[in-house]
Amino acid sequence: MSEKFLMKGNEALAEAAIRAGCRHFFGYPITPQTEISAYMSKRMPKIGGTYLQAESEVAAINMVLGAASAGVRAMTSSSSPGISLKSEGVSYIAGSDVPCVIIDVMRGGPGLGGIQPSQADYWQATKSLGHGDFQILVYAPASVQEMVDLMYKAFDKSDEYRMPAMILADGMLGQMMEPVSFPEDNTSNLKEKEWATNGTKEARKPNIINSLLLNPDELEKSIVERYKKYDIIKEKEVLFEDYLTDDADFVVVAYGATSRISKSAVNEARKKGIKVGLLRPKTLWPFPTEKLYQLSKQVKKMLVVEMSMGQMVDDVKLSTKGNCPVEFYGRTGGVIPTPKEVLNEIIKLAEKEGE
Amino acid sequence: MAVVFEKTKGLTDKETHYCPGCTHGIIHRLVAECLEELGLLGTTVGVASVGCSVMAYDYFNCDMVQAPHGRAPAVATGLKRALPQNTIFTYQGDGDLAAIGTAETVHAATRGENITIIFVNNAIYGMTGGQMAPTTLPNQVTQTSPYGRDVHTAGYPIRMCEMLSTLSGVAYAERVTVISPQTIRNAKKAIKKAFTVQKEGKGFSIIEVLSTCPTNWGMSPIEAMGWLKDNMIPYYPLGVYKDVSEEGVFPND
Repeated sequence: MSEKFLMKGNEALAEAAIRAGCRHFFGYPITPQTEISAYMSKRMPKIGGTYLQAESEVAAINMVLGAASAGVRAMTSSSSPGISLKSEGVSYIAGSDVPCVIIDVMRGGPGLGGIQPSQADYWQATKSLGHGDFQILVYAPASVQEMVDLMYKAFDKSDEYRMPAMILADGMLGQMMEPVSFPEDNTSNLKEKEWATNGTKEARKPNIINSLLLNPDELEKSIVERYKKYDIIKEKEVLFEDYLTDDADFVVVAYGATSRISKSAVNEARKKGIKVGLLRPKTLWPFPTEKLYQLSKQVKKMLVVEMSMGQMVDDVKLSTKGNCPVEFYGRTGGVIPTPKEVLNEIIKLAEKEGE
Repeated sequence: MAVVFEKTKGLTDKETHYCPGCTHGIIHRLVAECLEELGLLGTTVGVASVGCSVMAYDYFNCDMVQAPHGRAPAVATGLKRALPQNTIFTYQGDGDLAAIGTAETVHAATRGENITIIFVNNAIYGMTGGQMAPTTLPNQVTQTSPYGRDVHTAGYPIRMCEMLSTLSGVAYAERVTVISPQTIRNAKKAIKKAFTVQKEGKGFSIIEVLSTCPTNWGMSPIEAMGWLKDNMIPYYPLGVYKDVSEEGVFPND
């Protein structure tokens, strides 16, 4: 195993992107993700890369569209209000089948909201990051090490499927420090992108990167093709952590920072003799639908814990198809639930069941 | 038999969708001829914008990216940073460049981004059917200024070359038109100069081309050229607004 570093989540994301071959970063300052820009501005000039502070989030995502169209690995990062501004560009990038990575270090909303951690961009990331029929890959790390590991994966899968990938973190993960190690750089075996607009050299026909199809039949056909790709992704790319669910009567479902808190609560509940486990989605799109469906046939109840008023809980309910009741506990606006609060919810769940 | 004239290799064989008498066709040809004559076609990536020229990606015989409305200079920036040796140009209308894309235009210019913008100003939103543009002249009638543009409520039209010429990152800014053989020759010279400025790494270049929109102005093509000459040129005088193409925008490099 390689050397260990003590790093802040945001800085680990930036370093991991560089090691995954990203040499083009376009950013704009916003709390709580600004360390990513600061890190990139320090590192990129030393390694012949591009750090550019754009005039807006809107410009930054369109610079990503341009650089990624040229065939390089490009990235932008922001936090919730900034992601709203990027949604136009993300829709165009998805509609043009261009790969890129977008980081969202979530903070409380709506509007300017607050600057404390939140998970209230779940819907935005998984359902509606822009107009039109499309999906993006959404990875939800729960530790600084996983921020690193999923960053490599995000670039690889984004390239493989020619679509945007998002690292959906939150202010807590972005700001926390943990030891990390970096996998080997995997930049030497990157495949040539034959579709890239990098000049014909008068040796091939022009490449065109475009999302406009005025003929409805053609547009429908292109979207249907894209959805076939999404079906393959749903089949092959789902990631989750399954913790103590084998004998579980109850399952807590949580992702990101909330899953860490929930895991502590699950451990405490186990000490009290409650058979509870944790299902932690690492990909939010594609969602671990099948796994949750299987668990729903085994457990008495599920509890979804989020830093929001309840967004992922909808997907859990859809996955479980009414096989078991799905309860929800959430704190929002930047308030972080404590392990004790989650434990109390688990105890309530078990007690109600015992009545 | 000797060949005396050939269509430029810079254009594809695709038939354009432009209205009869529209000057986009002339401007496309000039851009394509310049790229061909400078030997740049194989290394050029163009950026099409949103508006009448959105389908420029089908007409230019080089790699093309279609950008969101107003964002072409940002997309071009990303392309140029990834491909510093390539020629990158945007082709934008006045609604795209001077309204929704003002920020992207101004900031690409002030960064001295080494790209070329072909800015086609016809004082109207053509593709959506003739609404008031940021460049619509005072008292000009459009679909959304049916009583004529009232500057008290709609403000004044924006002069982009003048504004951009105050920025240190701009190496070359010129306004031309294409309403006569002579002005067309001048326009070609200006476009070629802009691409040369980029090729030599001197900084941001923009060529604003005053253009007609006979369909939405409600005129014949000939009348439209006359209207442009009598009304647009007085408000948007032709000429070179900035030229630091000798020393470039980063003279201490």
